[in-house]
Amino acid sequence: METFVVHQGVAAPLLRANIDTDAIIPSREMKFVSKTGLAGGLFAGWRYLDAAARTPDPAFVLNQPEFAGTSILLVGANFGCGSSREHAVWALREYGIRAIVAPSFGAIFQSNCMRNGILPVVLAEAEVALLAQQVGPQPMTVDLQRQVVLSANGQAFRFEIAPAQREMLLEGLDPVALTLRLDAQITAFQTRDRAQRPWIYLAPAAPAPTAHSKTA
Amino acid sequence: MNNARTLYDKLWDEHLVRAGADGSGLIYIDRHLLHEVTSAQAFEGLVQARRKVWRIDANLAVPDHNVPTTDRSRIDDPLARLQVQTLDANCSRHGISEYTLDDPRQGIVHVVGPEQGITLPGMTVVCGDSHTSTHGALGCLALGIGTSEVEHVLATQTLLLTKARTMRVRFHGTLPAGVSAKDMALALIGRIGTAGATGHAIEFSGDATRALSMEARMTLCNMAIEAGARSGMVAVDETTLAYVKGRNHAPVGAAWDQACTWWRTLHSDAGASFDAEVAIDVATLEPQVTWGTSPEMVLGISGVVPDPASQPDPIRRDAWCQALAYMGLEPGTRLTDIAVDKVFIGSCTNSRIEDLRTAAAVIRGRQRAPGVQLALVVPGSGLVKRQAEAEGLHRVFIDAGFEWREPGCSMCLGMNADSLGPGERCASTSNRNFEGRQGHGARTHLVSPAMAAAAAVTGRLCDPRH
Repeated sequence: METFVVHQGVAAPLLRANIDTDAIIPSREMKFVSKTGLAGGLFAGWRYLDAAARTPDPAFVLNQPEFAGTSILLVGANFGCGSSREHAVWALREYGIRAIVAPSFGAIFQSNCMRNGILPVVLAEAEVALLAQQVGPQPMTVDLQRQVVLSANGQAFRFEIAPAQREMLLEGLDPVALTLRLDAQITAFQTRDRAQRPWIYLAPAAPAPTAHSKTA
Repeated sequence: MNNARTLYDKLWDEHLVRAGADGSGLIYIDRHLLHEVTSAQAFEGLVQARRKVWRIDANLAVPDHNVPTTDRSRIDDPLARLQVQTLDANCSRHGISEYTLDDPRQGIVHVVGPEQGITLPGMTVVCGDSHTSTHGALGCLALGIGTSEVEHVLATQTLLLTKARTMRVRFHGTLPAGVSAKDMALALIGRIGTAGATGHAIEFSGDATRALSMEARMTLCNMAIEAGARSGMVAVDETTLAYVKGRNHAPVGAAWDQACTWWRTLHSDAGASFDAEVAIDVATLEPQVTWGTSPEMVLGISGVVPDPASQPDPIRRDAWCQALAYMGLEPGTRLTDIAVDKVFIGSCTNSRIEDLRTAAAVIRGRQRAPGVQLALVVPGSGLVKRQAEAEGLHRVFIDAGFEWREPGCSMCLGMNADSLGPGERCASTSNRNFEGRQGHGARTHLVSPAMAAAAAVTGRLCDPRH
């Protein structure tokens, strides 16, 4: 997995509250079976005057020249609420986003970020607003090692993150590989559970459809 | 010391493989549901890492998001076709059961699971879809996951989860006729906001919850995610057991008795404490309708479109202004004066047989209003469709000028062929009124099945009781 230690880059403000994953990437932009090719659909409903022709809307923040190359987003509360689609995170990452600073996140989105090398930083609403006032040509720094966001003029904002998640990002660990180290424990749980709750465990093959299946 | 546990605590403890130092836990997953939009990349990752599916029988796949609801013999959109074919190929490669497009059991994954007894009380249920909270209606710990977590579950049968805080939502009083679980859910979201339960698992309780049918409880739990809660749940009771008994994959004989003994313990203990409490009296609840672009922008049908100037919070005021501009609405407009172009009855929220019966009862003997260009009824599964047809409900819809379709997610998410055009206004029984959700520029009003049906025959948002 991609590591995150320290990142310095252009920060852009998008301070609307409740920006949902449908806004981050509309479902009609995610008809792929791979994790790539999604950046063009990022914020498609806002970013383009005509999404089909990809005509940029000059009013949208990421289309403005001073925010070219944005890699840090400063956003409103409950960012990434709604659908579980990881396409939202893949699109952000492919676009070049490495960190998102918000007063709060949708839970599934936050977890998806961690799995894709994007650091979700939680700061108080007033702190996000202060950072947003300082965006400009000077880059912003997000330091996971020290757990601080440094604004362009050097102001530091400390953030909290669960130790296990911090380590996962700092080290770029593969969570599946880590879990598989516990395979003996999982197997033991399953063996014990199978004796107690046998009805949970189905025969692998699907039974034939029955004409009188219960529907109500 | 208080040893009383909440339902959430019990489900967590029962599935805990290993406790983490920081309150996290490695949680065993009983059931994993898959669909075509969020699984392909997970299977790809699994194969690339040369890993195998940990427990094949824990998985069930069904295509639903990007399937046609008209002619099922082909999928015109090549990308949608690729997604469905990729799911088929992955399931056959890994030996996973799938209800394919031509299977009578195919339907929306959250309708199919409980219908087949694939979802049973007390399970941990996950799916790469946020509305997995639906399955909490059966006393399950059910939550939506991202694709990386889909891969994690395929490979390990577990998830590393942070234990949620708990919120108890008590609905009390007698629900008035014509008011439904959908209205209860919307009223809750209106009260606490779309982030009101972030970080929490909701347990719905109170006499008004107890009085709900299983399908209504599914509607309620379905919308928990719209309040920010990754999971919502209802304690097991006799209503639950009666629903489960006889389902295709429900235990029988001695195993049924053994299961029931455990299932009857799946409720919060008396004296269990919750991190947050909300109480809502449903006796005076009106049918609810959203006016904006977030489920929290909701009012009773007798209300008027609010004036952003009356909103003291500046961020919220901006959101209201943006919502009104997007929705093409003026402050002060009576909700009952809003005309709709289209009506959608369906989605994992409201596509079950009871929803269709309710809608049909409103429509019977009436006609789609001239201003309503399309009224779509999309049953939640092939078996719901078959049941509705056996009851003659399809004739009621067709005779009234509605379209009677094949099962799938349809117009809920603007991904498949069933989308709204820019500026089109729809009364929809789905779960999200986000900007662009049902199509670019589309305007969604979330309502109950009774209200959607009433809107279709009157051409306006209206109180189905009138």
